[in-house]
Amino acid sequence: MNTPVPVATSKPWITGAEPPFIRISKVTKRFGDFYAVDDVSLDIYKGELFCLLGGSGCGKSTLLRMLAGFETPTEGRIEIDGQDMAGKAPYERPTNMMFQSYALFPHMTVEKNVAYGLYRDGMKKAEAMEKVAEMLRLVQLTPFASRKPHQLSGGQRQRVALARSLVKRPKLLLLDEPLGALDKKLREETQFELIKIQESLGVTFIVVTHDQEEAMTLASRIGVMNAGQIVQVGEPPEIYEHPNSRFVADFIGSVNMFEGRVTEDEPDYIRLGVADLGGSIYVGHGVSCVLDQQLWYAVRPEKIRISRTRPDKTENVFRAVVDEIAYMGNISIHRLKLPTGRLLSATKANLTRHDDEAITWGDEVWVTWDDTAGAVLTR
Amino acid sequence: MRRNVWLPAFVILGFVFLYAPILSLIVFSFNESKLVTVWGGFSTKWYGELLRNPQILSAAWISLKVAVTSATLATVLGTLAAFVLTRFGPFKGRALLTGMSAAPLVMPDVITGLSLLLLFVAMEQLIGWPAGRGMTTIIIAHTTFCMAYVTVVAQSRFASLDESLEEAAMDLGARPARVFFDVTVPVIAPALVAGWLLSFTLSLDDLVVASFVTGPGASTLPMVIFSKVRLGVSPDINALATIIIAIVAVGVGIATWQMRRGARKNGG
Amino acid sequence: MSAVIERVAPLRWTAALLAALGLRGRTLVIAVPMLWLLIFFLVPFLVVAKLSVSEPAIAMPPYLPLVERDGARMTISLSFENFGYLFDDPLYIKAYFFSIRLAFFSAVLTLLIGYPIAYYIARSSEARRSVLLMLVILPFWTSFLLRVYAWQGFLRSNGVINNFLLWTGIIDQPLVMLQTNFAVYLGIVYTYLPFMILPLYANLVKLDEALLEASADLGGRPLPTFFHVTLPLSMPGIIAGFMLVFVPAIGEFVIPELLGGPDTLMIGRVLWNEFFSNRDWPTASAVAIAMLIALVIPIMILRTAQQRVEEE
Repeated sequence: MNTPVPVATSKPWITGAEPPFIRISKVTKRFGDFYAVDDVSLDIYKGELFCLLGGSGCGKSTLLRMLAGFETPTEGRIEIDGQDMAGKAPYERPTNMMFQSYALFPHMTVEKNVAYGLYRDGMKKAEAMEKVAEMLRLVQLTPFASRKPHQLSGGQRQRVALARSLVKRPKLLLLDEPLGALDKKLREETQFELIKIQESLGVTFIVVTHDQEEAMTLASRIGVMNAGQIVQVGEPPEIYEHPNSRFVADFIGSVNMFEGRVTEDEPDYIRLGVADLGGSIYVGHGVSCVLDQQLWYAVRPEKIRISRTRPDKTENVFRAVVDEIAYMGNISIHRLKLPTGRLLSATKANLTRHDDEAITWGDEVWVTWDDTAGAVLTR
Repeated sequence: MRRNVWLPAFVILGFVFLYAPILSLIVFSFNESKLVTVWGGFSTKWYGELLRNPQILSAAWISLKVAVTSATLATVLGTLAAFVLTRFGPFKGRALLTGMSAAPLVMPDVITGLSLLLLFVAMEQLIGWPAGRGMTTIIIAHTTFCMAYVTVVAQSRFASLDESLEEAAMDLGARPARVFFDVTVPVIAPALVAGWLLSFTLSLDDLVVASFVTGPGASTLPMVIFSKVRLGVSPDINALATIIIAIVAVGVGIATWQMRRGARKNGG
Repeated sequence: MSAVIERVAPLRWTAALLAALGLRGRTLVIAVPMLWLLIFFLVPFLVVAKLSVSEPAIAMPPYLPLVERDGARMTISLSFENFGYLFDDPLYIKAYFFSIRLAFFSAVLTLLIGYPIAYYIARSSEARRSVLLMLVILPFWTSFLLRVYAWQGFLRSNGVINNFLLWTGIIDQPLVMLQTNFAVYLGIVYTYLPFMILPLYANLVKLDEALLEASADLGGRPLPTFFHVTLPLSMPGIIAGFMLVFVPAIGEFVIPELLGGPDTLMIGRVLWNEFFSNRDWPTASAVAIAMLIALVIPIMILRTAQQRVEEE
């Protein structure tokens, strides 16, 4: 079938079918001796919703501010749509930003806030008002046009900020923790709204966030940052299931991490001796490593199965005692103690309304996982 | 919990201490007797006397002109200084500007007055300006020390101002000067009004600096009051004080009413 | 801004002048307040310093030039005699220490009176708070000179207080209150009270109520809670208020002049008399320089204390 593929799912970062829209090459930002951003190179494509994910102080906001023009890179080059941004002031860039605090002008009405950028481009009032009205319709704020920011709820303010930054149809929209100030429920609703708006306008978004769930939901691709560097770039499932480092595995979701040494290295499997487990882990695919090399093995709690009866397999099967159970409603998190004393966490989906096996505190159980369930990490 | 009665009692005494002298000024301004402390019956004759006193009237007019001009100049200059100090990052002479804009706050009036007078005398000898001393020199002197107060007020407002407001304006295409007048000034306007009023009051109140830098023919109201008060009691000064207190009370009343109305209009 | 500048002639000229000097944009914005303060704040001190080493003369202006041109020869006559006076005549040293002492105790008194008031206002309900604050600030907006004058009427021998006390029969002779140091203390505490209350209030109102509740919860009675929690946390406010009262009080002129006696020799008054009564500009300048140097010490001490408290 030859149905046309929408921009966001055409994945130019795989096909290489089009040149990158934003090129960040070898950008470094130093504040004194401190490297806020350290030699970052990143290509982002047209129509993407790219998330920069990282903890506080990892440099994600600094990178965003360099794109907006509020900070100047110490070294390196930023190109947007083929144009070098060096020496361009924020008011000369084809980008707009949605601020974490929203930065709504408190002395202007919603309408004036949204129109501000259009007037700065010398647009006539009639035309500007038309665009503002259209934008307010999109974010469902038409009835609030003549209110002042402090008369709005948090969610409404967030939408004004979005409207104001989108009304100029920037080539690139930068969003600094766009949902950070909203409560959980509103945040979840707004996430989908944001994606809808982004897709309908086709504007490229770069979102900075520290919330991994938000990044997973929103992003076409995620760039995980740590200590000023981009650690891994990939689509959400890739980042979650195939982390390239202990940092990423640990930062995204929760994980059981084991340190081990390669005891068998064959083309179609390897085996890791893990002292913590008092045994070995069988990895059902080849890994480029050498015998006796130190490696790490990361396996997510939901990939671990618990049972009273011994599973019908020989590899990756261990005995454990239930130490603690946290009932979360949809799932239960079991904390298991291995004979070596090592703790392991495993989640179990609560598929029925009462647990048939009724595993409880102090029970001796078997734990196991598939030989492709975990990720082997070299760093 | 047992309510503490000592604290409110103390606070009431404190306010009595603050207001008793002011009230006595008002009461005795309607006193028939020339002895300001002995009640001789109700009269408004001192008000009439005051309004027929050309010396006081012209001094009041001069003081008003000086206060308005120097408060305005001080607000402009002080806001600029505060803006530079909070927003410009490092530049040559930053430490100097920081010091110079804070020092007048702790400078005794007598020193400010003396040093400015000597400057004006030296300048007149060197470049012939200011030719003689009078209103211009008082305005310059008042602007200089009021500016420091405006800088302090504006600086704390700038510091608490969310910088992303200005960045947002710039991001939406406004150049720095536009940002300043479209966003910064309107947002900090209440602080600027407060700074202006503070300067206006300080200028209107100043006796010492003005006495040093003034010249013939330019006597401000405090200078006239001081010379009368030094000689002893004068009931017409009570009348003047009452008028000033009334103006201030009305002004504060209007300001409060406006603020309440503004708060209600803005829904909070 | 540009529209305003074009309309007002002096601004237009200034702008043209500054532009001709190559001052534009950022530099211009820095230059305007900088130049003003340099010319009207810093340079005057240099003039004072210069004059303090000149010789007095009966002329207008009443001092001799430092540099004299005598044909091709230039003579510079520096005279440190003015400073010598300050040390020879015990009057100046006495005035200096008297001023410091008086200002210090006034500030302590103001603190003792201002603290409870600030505390009470900070703990009041929102609505009452704004009214009380306005009442504290209101006297400040009325003339300072007139408020000091009001105290004259209160304190004189046939004044309000004496009349009242005589009428009640508590005393049978009028008390001498005016023209005493007591009156000066009273005047300073009275006029500077708002300057103490406001920073204290600003500090106390920020105090988290939960801290007081935590202390009470842990068994702290009101008084220990005050001394162990409230008071240490309000140190920045105390120091700020102290600075606002103590430092200007040292150089006070009007209050000792109107309420004090002839022996209330405060340094500001000495300078005034030197200048206006004796017309001795060089000595007045020397007094000013000495006063300035003397002021630096307490200011430094208070600033260090402030920084230390803020760091904690």
